[in-house]
Amino acid sequence: MGPFSPAHTHEWLVIGRSLFLTIHIVGVLCFAYIVAKRLVPLVRAERDLRFDHPLTRAGRVLRFWLGQWKHPRYKFAGTLHILIFAGFILLVVRTFSVLIVGVDQNFVMPGFTGQVAHHYDIVTDYAATVVFLCMVIAAVRRIVFKPGRYAVPSKYGKGHTADAVFLLALIAILMMADSLFAASTAARHGLRGGPVETLAVLSLPWLLQLALGASSLTTVSAAGFSAYLVHEVTFYFLLCYRPFGIQFHVETSLFNIYFAKMERGTLKPVRWGINDERLDQVKSFGVKKFEDFTWKHMLDFYSCADCGRCADNCPANAAGRPLTPRFLTIKARDYAFRHYPVFGKADNSKPLIGPVYSDDEIWSCTTCGACEEECPLLIEYIDKIVDLRRGMIEDGNVPQSLQRPLKAIESRGNPYGKMEKKRADWTKSPEVQPTCIVKILDGERDADTLYFVDSITSYDDRMQSIGRSTARILSHIEENFGILGAAEKDSGHDVRRFGEEMLFLALRDHNSHALKASGVRRIVTADPHAYNALKHDYKDVPPVEHISQVIAREVKAGKIQFNQIENEGKVFTYHDPCYLGRHNQVYDDPRAVLDAIPGLKRVEMKRSRDRSFCCGGGGLMLFYEPQEEQRMGVLRARMAAEAGANVIVTACPFCMANLEDAIKVAGMEGKMSVVDLTELVDQYIVRESCAETQNVSELATCGG
Amino acid sequence: MEILVCVRRVPDTSENEIELNAEGNDIERDELVYSVNEPDNYAVEEALQIRDRVGGSVTVVTVGSEEDEEVLRRELAMGANRAVLLSDESFNGSDGRGVATLLRDFALKGHYDLILTGVQADDGAAQVGGMLAAMLDHPFASLVNSISVENGKLRISREIEGGNREINEIDLPCVLSIQTGINEPRYVGMRGIRQVASVPIPTLGAADVGVDPAAVGQKAAKVKRIDYFVPARGKGAEMLHGDRKENAAKVLELVGAKGGLK
Repeated sequence: MGPFSPAHTHEWLVIGRSLFLTIHIVGVLCFAYIVAKRLVPLVRAERDLRFDHPLTRAGRVLRFWLGQWKHPRYKFAGTLHILIFAGFILLVVRTFSVLIVGVDQNFVMPGFTGQVAHHYDIVTDYAATVVFLCMVIAAVRRIVFKPGRYAVPSKYGKGHTADAVFLLALIAILMMADSLFAASTAARHGLRGGPVETLAVLSLPWLLQLALGASSLTTVSAAGFSAYLVHEVTFYFLLCYRPFGIQFHVETSLFNIYFAKMERGTLKPVRWGINDERLDQVKSFGVKKFEDFTWKHMLDFYSCADCGRCADNCPANAAGRPLTPRFLTIKARDYAFRHYPVFGKADNSKPLIGPVYSDDEIWSCTTCGACEEECPLLIEYIDKIVDLRRGMIEDGNVPQSLQRPLKAIESRGNPYGKMEKKRADWTKSPEVQPTCIVKILDGERDADTLYFVDSITSYDDRMQSIGRSTARILSHIEENFGILGAAEKDSGHDVRRFGEEMLFLALRDHNSHALKASGVRRIVTADPHAYNALKHDYKDVPPVEHISQVIAREVKAGKIQFNQIENEGKVFTYHDPCYLGRHNQVYDDPRAVLDAIPGLKRVEMKRSRDRSFCCGGGGLMLFYEPQEEQRMGVLRARMAAEAGANVIVTACPFCMANLEDAIKVAGMEGKMSVVDLTELVDQYIVRESCAETQNVSELATCGG
Repeated sequence: MEILVCVRRVPDTSENEIELNAEGNDIERDELVYSVNEPDNYAVEEALQIRDRVGGSVTVVTVGSEEDEEVLRRELAMGANRAVLLSDESFNGSDGRGVATLLRDFALKGHYDLILTGVQADDGAAQVGGMLAAMLDHPFASLVNSISVENGKLRISREIEGGNREINEIDLPCVLSIQTGINEPRYVGMRGIRQVASVPIPTLGAADVGVDPAAVGQKAAKVKRIDYFVPARGKGAEMLHGDRKENAAKVLELVGAKGGLK
């Protein structure tokens, strides 16, 4: 009898080699056909320039794909995934070798001979075992423990558990078949009196070899052949089934991560490769139909693994708004599958708003970025939301609550419709003058630094206090600074994020011109939205810093010192504004400033730093009337209370507006208060001159 | 259906601080920003929706000067088929009747099945629509808050006292004054306006419209504005000084006492 090999098996009157060759060819052809069909919409999609920086991108693949960087953020599920992923990677060579052995019994993967092969076999015996066990644990988790983030709200159709468990079962079968094949091969060697292969002790193949025990050669051969056939069929079934659901990420994830967006805080252009001057030639703005998405955004849809981490962190979802990033993707993927079927003709170019997405769903996003921060596959959401909004803006499909502030920004440069000449009125308050003169840089005076105030701080009675504190801090550190006054218009940060690109460009051009004319060398702002706009959306303007960065530096340099905090009962917690934290990675400076105030007790909320929870959204979001069960701000204020704090420190006027409202809504007045970092610094800063000290007492007390 | 919508450019009340000028005969106009009169914008939106349902075209017309072109352009960007500016020195200072006369003569040059106006202008007297209908001998309905086209006639609802609705059938051609809230006017962005920047807007003078110059303008006006004043601040505001619970109870009691609770 010749050596045992599936290629030479004559069971059931079928020659093994022909059978397996046929399965190989059919399997590969099916997979190629399905993938080609899946690529059809990507070919029809808008362009997306993602071919730059190959080395950086490769590095990101090592970190986020091979290194599974984001996975440990969810400890249990993340560990499980890392084990499965590592197992798969280790098993690649083994799996392909096994597949080829079916048609060529003497095949040995180059480089896998002798000791290498022996060690590799031991490692992969364990890998298959670990993957098998992970499948069992994952299935138990989904069936018994049912983590909340996998639930599918009824409006999005039936649950995904059955499909998930089916896929887990297929992988488990694949591992079992692989192990049984290895066990029977080893057992056969033993029965033929050949050198006995040592299988990895306590691994699945080892256990199966024990089970085969004293079986006859025929039984062992039959087991080996069956295992091989099951392995072969399962492998190709799984390969061809994956492009129909969440498992497609096994194939797409590497590409998705390689081509992922690299810069934070930025937005994609209206159309890649078309500069602002040529925008008038663009026939249609944004995304109105599926084919308006870029190919990378379509790849995102295919890559989603339905892990639910985005939705789990989405403040809009938490507040009961009709938006969850997870279903933004799933619905688009379902659309692609339905309209670009594997069998049958494509039925394309249908509108998305209405049949797929609701208006409120798209307006509900605060662009806080929590979903993108969490996604292990680096799927993008903000650019898609903004592109959908660009389409809605062009179609005139904008809620009345947003039309008014947009119109006011167009005619007056601020969403309140207030007079331009009143933009600098906040500087006239006795709390600012005479110790701190805020120069208006109208061409006659000059300065090194420009304080970009932006609309809410300029006009909102409450937020003007942030402007005054900022001015007094800049004055204290003897900064030669000024403001643009009436020449400043809204930074347009959220105008752009709400999809009104042309209005944004007009604002940007106006402000850029004014900034250049002022002759300043740097810009400071206390508004993270303005900060993000000036840093990422504007071009050729002087470098910009957030005031918290300036304060932190001056504290370090000893130019700013603080008095002892007076009230011992105060416990502070810092709320990271989305556009300072997540989008710009400024986490430590504001905390360093707080920790420099003697006697200040500070606690961290469970959701802090890159997991900060949006206050409700800034800019135009203040005007939008969302459908929601509760305010995001209320949820956030409760998180602060849970952390044991009674003062929330923030560094953004919009956070202030949302959180102060939330405290009233939640009935937490007297138990919780909000203070801006600048107000707190202004209050506790050690001032040398008497005049300055006197002024402090006039300030509205905040948190002290 | 051929639809004519009469619109007007007014100082935007939400984006201006309206003050009287030093002479007290007009408002201070130096730093005002203007927009299309709000109810007129609803009228244009309604016309566009009717056109999109039953076909036809929408023409937007205004009486004014070159500056008023901006509102016409905005309405073109919304989707109106054409816009016409009626402008002539002899039109200046027209009263409501003068404006209605102008609009009548313009309307007679076309074949309009339906003429819409806003219910009133922010700085107007809600008179042009009715006068225009009378001059054209068309039926008229005011405060219209829904329109449907049925068998060559219109079925309309009108807002009456207390927010109730009254349903009417009205023959075409007719004139309707449109109440805000009849629809949700679409947004017009900067891009939309730029796209219609080169669409010509014909300007028609007295001869083009075929109006008798003696029937319009300041001289023909029989209603003249003679004064503006800001009413003296009255008493009557009652401040509540309790805590939130007490205040809420007091508000309920006060509203209830005035019959505001059902």
